[in-house]
Amino acid sequence: MQRDYSLVGETAQRAIDTGLATADWYHTDIDRKDMKALMQRSDAPAIRDTFILFALMISASTLAIYLMPSWWSAPFWLIYGVLYGSAMDSRWHECGHGTAFKTRKYNDMLYQVASFCMMRNPIEWRWSHARHHTDTVIVGRDPEIAIMRPVRFLSLLLKYMGLIQGFSGIVSILKYSMGKMNPAVESFIPEQERRKVFRVARIWLAIYVITIVASLYFSSWIPVLLIGAPTIYGAWHHVLTGFLQHGGLAENVIDHRLNSRTVYMNQINRFIYWNMNYHVEHHMFPMVPYHQLPKLHEKIKHDLPLANTSIFDGYKEVLPALWKQSTDPDFFVIRRLPATARPYRADLHQQALG
Amino acid sequence: MSWILACQKEDIEQEDLLRFDFNGKTFLIYRSPDDTYFCTDGLCTHESVHLEDGLVMEYEIECPKHNATFDYRTGEALRAPACINLNTYETRIDGDNILILIQ
Repeated sequence: MQRDYSLVGETAQRAIDTGLATADWYHTDIDRKDMKALMQRSDAPAIRDTFILFALMISASTLAIYLMPSWWSAPFWLIYGVLYGSAMDSRWHECGHGTAFKTRKYNDMLYQVASFCMMRNPIEWRWSHARHHTDTVIVGRDPEIAIMRPVRFLSLLLKYMGLIQGFSGIVSILKYSMGKMNPAVESFIPEQERRKVFRVARIWLAIYVITIVASLYFSSWIPVLLIGAPTIYGAWHHVLTGFLQHGGLAENVIDHRLNSRTVYMNQINRFIYWNMNYHVEHHMFPMVPYHQLPKLHEKIKHDLPLANTSIFDGYKEVLPALWKQSTDPDFFVIRRLPATARPYRADLHQQALG
Repeated sequence: MSWILACQKEDIEQEDLLRFDFNGKTFLIYRSPDDTYFCTDGLCTHESVHLEDGLVMEYEIECPKHNATFDYRTGEALRAPACINLNTYETRIDGDNILILIQ
C-alpha cells in the first residue's frame, strides 16, 4: 500500500504527535572555533565557479546553434542541458541556503536565475527546502522526499528523464499565475509570502510564452532548446546524484547518519553538483558553504558511516534497496558506523533500528 | 525588571556570541566588531532552533539551520524564513562584567 506522504494527512499529524516534527537532531561534536572557521563566507570560489558555468553554457549553446540542424549539434545541446537543468539545481540549492557567496545580493541573483532554470518557484521552494532541513525524510512533513515507498520504478525513470519535474513545474507556474495554491503548499508558506509566489509565476509565464512564440515565429526549435526544454532534457545528472542523497535509507529518524549518504565523486561531478555529495555533512551543518564541505568531511568523518567510493558504488547499495522497497516498504539500509563513531541512539529510533 | 550578571567581557570573542540561560529562558550575548555588547532571545523566531551555533557576521546573527538572519542590535528579522523579530534586552558593562536587563 502506498504510504501517505501528504503534508496535510494523518501521517503529518502523527509526526507532530510523536515528536518527530521539528525534533532535536543528532550532531557530531565539533569545536566552536573550527565551526566558525568552516562557516566563514567568501565570494571568490562561487564567483569563479559561476564564471566558468556561464562561460561553458554560452560556449556550448553557441556551438550547438552554429551546428544546427546537423546532429553534430546534439552533444553540445546535451552539455548545455546538463549545465542548465542540473548544475542550476545545485546553484539553486546552495544560493537558497545563502551560503554560496558572502555577498547576499549575489546569492539572491543566482538563486533567481537558477530557480527559473529549474522551474522552481523561488519563494515556494525556499520554504519547502527549509522544511526539508527541519524534518529530513520525516513522512508527512518533508515536502522533498524524492523516492516514495513502495518504490515505483516507472516514476523514477520518468524523473531521470526530467518529465515529472518538467510537468509539475509547468503546472505550478500555470496554477500560481492564476493565484491558486494547494493546502499542502500553504502548510509551509506563511500567508504574507504567497503574493510573491504568484507574482514570480506570472513573470515566468510571460517569459515562456515569449519563448514559444519566438519558436513558432522563426519556425525554429532553438528558443525552446535554450529556455525551458533543458529543465527536462538536462535533468538526468541532478536526478542521478540526487537519488543517492537519501535513497534506500531510513525514514522517520532524527540522525542524518541514518537517512543521508556521502559519496565521493570526481571533480566534474562535484562541479556540477557543487559538493552536495557530502550530504550527511551538509544536513548536519547546513550553513557550511559548499567549498568548505570537503574540510568539514575530514573533521567529522570519524563519526560518520563510511562514504561510498563512487556514484557506481553508491548505486550498488541504492538499487537493490529500492528493489526491495518496491515490495517491502519497511525495508531500508542501515549504514555501519566506524568504531570511532558515537553509536546510533537506539532509544530514539526503536522503530527504525529494532 | 532587574540587571542580571550574564558573563564577563573576555568570555566572548569579538564578532561572536555566548549563550546565557536564566530562569528557564535562554539568551545570547553578542560582542560586536566595535566591542559593544548586545543581548537577544536565544531561539530563532522561525522554528525555535537555538542560535548559539549560528555565525555572527558583523552585526548579524544567522540561524544555523535555515539561514534566517537577524540584526542583533535591533532584533530585526532580515531574511526569510524568519518573519518575526527577535526580542532584544539592554546590556550594561560593570567593570569586567556584562549585565542584562530582564524580568
